[in-house]
Amino acid sequence: MLQKSETLRGYSLLTPTLIIMAIGILVPFGILIAMSFWTQVGFGFDLTPTVANYEMAADRPIYGALIKRSLWMSGMATIATVLLCYPMAYFVAFHVHRNKMMWIVLMTLPFWTSYLLRVFAWKVVLGYDGVINSALLSVGLIDAPLEFLLYSQTAVIITLAHAWAAFAILPMYVSLEKIDRSLLEAATDLGDGPVMRFFRITLPLSLPGVISATLLIFIPTTGDYITPALLGGPDGIMIGNLIQKQFGAVNNWPMGAALAIILMLSIAAIALGFMFSTMFVRRRIT
Amino acid sequence: MKPDSYIERTNRPLQFYAVLFLIVLYVPVLFLPLFSFNDSIYVKFPLKSFTFQWYLELLDRAPVWASLMNSIKVAVTTSIIATGFGIFAAKAITRYRLPGRGPVVGFIMLPLVVPGIILGVALLVLISQLGIRLSLYTVTVGHIIVCLPFAIATMIPRFEGFDKSVEEASADLGENAWWTFWRVTFPMVFPGVLASLLLTFTVSFDEFIMAFFLSGSDATLPIYIWGQLRFPQAFPSILALASIILVVSFILVFLGQWINRGAGAGSLESTKNT
Amino acid sequence: MTQENAFISIRNVNKFFGKFQAINDVSMDIDHGEFFSLLGSSGCGKTTLLRMLAGFESVSSGEIYIDGQPMSGVPPHHRPVNMVFQNYAIFPHLNVRDNIAYGLRRQKLSRAKRREMVDEMLELIKLPEYGDRKATQLSGGQRQRIALARALILKPKVLLLDEPLGALDKQLREQMQLELRALQRTVGITFVFVTHDQEEALTLSDRIAVMSDGRDLQVDTPTRLYESPVNREVASFIGTMNFFDGTVKSVGSDTAVINVDGLGEITAPACTVSLLAGDRINVAIRPEKFLLTDQKPEGVQNCVKGHLDNAAYLGERSHYYVSVEGISQPVAVSAQNQSRAGGTEDRKRPVWLSWDNAAIVVLKDA
Repeated sequence: MLQKSETLRGYSLLTPTLIIMAIGILVPFGILIAMSFWTQVGFGFDLTPTVANYEMAADRPIYGALIKRSLWMSGMATIATVLLCYPMAYFVAFHVHRNKMMWIVLMTLPFWTSYLLRVFAWKVVLGYDGVINSALLSVGLIDAPLEFLLYSQTAVIITLAHAWAAFAILPMYVSLEKIDRSLLEAATDLGDGPVMRFFRITLPLSLPGVISATLLIFIPTTGDYITPALLGGPDGIMIGNLIQKQFGAVNNWPMGAALAIILMLSIAAIALGFMFSTMFVRRRIT
Repeated sequence: MKPDSYIERTNRPLQFYAVLFLIVLYVPVLFLPLFSFNDSIYVKFPLKSFTFQWYLELLDRAPVWASLMNSIKVAVTTSIIATGFGIFAAKAITRYRLPGRGPVVGFIMLPLVVPGIILGVALLVLISQLGIRLSLYTVTVGHIIVCLPFAIATMIPRFEGFDKSVEEASADLGENAWWTFWRVTFPMVFPGVLASLLLTFTVSFDEFIMAFFLSGSDATLPIYIWGQLRFPQAFPSILALASIILVVSFILVFLGQWINRGAGAGSLESTKNT
Repeated sequence: MTQENAFISIRNVNKFFGKFQAINDVSMDIDHGEFFSLLGSSGCGKTTLLRMLAGFESVSSGEIYIDGQPMSGVPPHHRPVNMVFQNYAIFPHLNVRDNIAYGLRRQKLSRAKRREMVDEMLELIKLPEYGDRKATQLSGGQRQRIALARALILKPKVLLLDEPLGALDKQLREQMQLELRALQRTVGITFVFVTHDQEEALTLSDRIAVMSDGRDLQVDTPTRLYESPVNREVASFIGTMNFFDGTVKSVGSDTAVINVDGLGEITAPACTVSLLAGDRINVAIRPEKFLLTDQKPEGVQNCVKGHLDNAAYLGERSHYYVSVEGISQPVAVSAQNQSRAGGTEDRKRPVWLSWDNAAIVVLKDA
């Protein structure tokens, strides 16, 4: 009796949030899915259900190629971010003894500030007339600006990795911090040097953090369109840019909706595959 | 564990890496303020003379002021609503036995993970189907959805940080639930509330993707900047504007984290000494 | 036993954590095959010393030799020692078998041989059916055995144990004490055991080092620690002790005559400390060395009259507190309840205390 009323009171406190989330996520997703089966007619829609949008997405190679490229680019950015951030998380967890909080705040501070401006900053750095090129030119290391810096997939990957670094550090830090130090001492005591100890104890025990970091970066970056729009050039365009165009200049919302659904499904498939494979690997390495 | 024990002994290469990491994290962003004081419309080395010109130019631009006011309106509303709902949600999540708590929390945190563009177009589709005109209100709704998970995540550690028995003591001393909340719970979670207000304000103020899809004729500041990026002659004053926004954002976020350092960090602080 | 042939030799070791000195000029030798305990209250430096043997803490100055080899500069994973951690440090992501086999990786054994060795160990720790259990599904006692097996399977020259029984409840702890002692005799490996529990140390050890504030106060067998403590600190740390102030009157070849406040003139046996006539010293007598009688006893070496202050009945024995004129603290006396129940007697009645000269311990630090 008491428990029931407690549950009820708990959920009543959650109601405003749940309503907002339902309005903001569930309902829109329902309509998005429905719309992906509609047809754009001028500025209105033909509501007759059809899979034409999906057929078109399957038929025209551009769509598949863009989705593949998006997954590949954000996959690269994710790997780069996780690899670069893991040592940092490790450092703060094991080698910072005073002012730990200060380090965490310092590392995560940029994440809270404008994404647009951080991407913009990389345009300033990598641009044709940008910081790197003009600096190299003025000291005489190069004769003409390096063109590959801006408007390339590399530029997009670098920027994504930089922009999402803080997001990767936190979960990895938390799972590293949780590791009982005596386990590491026990491994050493039983004959493991630092490298073996890392691969046999530290890495397997911090794997949950690595997995969440990977998903937390991979999923949102796949749909990014700001970075490719500012830094990608024609080769660096991602699926997000195409979806955005369907809702803007192209004005084919149902096609955009279908592409968004396809993107979500591919992300979900890859994320699930990733989680299963890490579980498998985890069994193997231990 | 003593700092100089075998496992946690000083590791020079790792220290070097950490410092390098922080430098790479901050330096690209620091080029914006650097060039905003450069007396040239080209953003390149070598630097010319020092100038305040680009900042002064901002003062004369009416659209900058208009979009600034729009952004502030949206961000203030968003932060108050998101934090307000967040308090109750955080209390519910930490204080009550909720069946299905895991999935519910996962659902609430979804906007942190779902690609911004998908969230944006989904809301756009809903709003257009309801026949609502795009305006600052629709932007605010989008921002509340993006900010609620941040607000809740900021305040949950605060609620976890103090003992439920304190609230029970208040009830035992004769206060009803409402007054217990205001006299006991709220003062104890207040730093978390303040931090949440500052952080969600900043997130909303700086947010671009939702605003991109959901704003009508009234632009927020990031939308205004996006529009100006096409014009090379506007570049220096955009650098100045971006510098101001970055500095203000950094200060607000730092303040928020600092106020809340006892909590979210609290879990960190407590693990430190074990 | 000398430095040259001692199995473990700790020579003038100091350890500083910043300005704090955790170990203060400690020297001790441990024999091969010995069950050796480091005993002291928390913060006395016993765990630090053990961790220095394992290599987890560096030595600020001095040297530790194990089997003749100096250990400074040798990292923990190259030392011929293994450790059982206070919380057992069982790897949570491995099952029991993999936990026990963890350290065998370096030995490049065949899969079958490794399996056989693990099975042997599981047998030894009486958990033969548990190989495939997850480490997280074990009770405290089981984790403790696995921690032991994991270390012993490597056949270390020395096994270090950091309060391994502290986390267990009383009954299990007593059972594990017996098993641990038996196990040590079976494998014949030198055990260095850290504990704050004096009873545990007395039960298990061949020899005990009593430590306090980073120093070793006395290294001796349990009997000698109890019967002949070298100073007041050791005497009061192990068991209960009555202390009396006194002045040395004269010193003979193997006895000394001491004038003890309140007890009068007594003749003490030869002791480890050198005495000079006129020294102010401490005399100590264990509570159970006193004989408590209602009448003045006949034909005893020493006796004194007092008043029964307080009595506590503890079943098999009783504790009495007797106030004696000239002594500020009441004298604690412990007696077996052989014929009658104690504790119910009248308070404040006169009683007689008597004792043998052999019961007297002379301590230098007055």
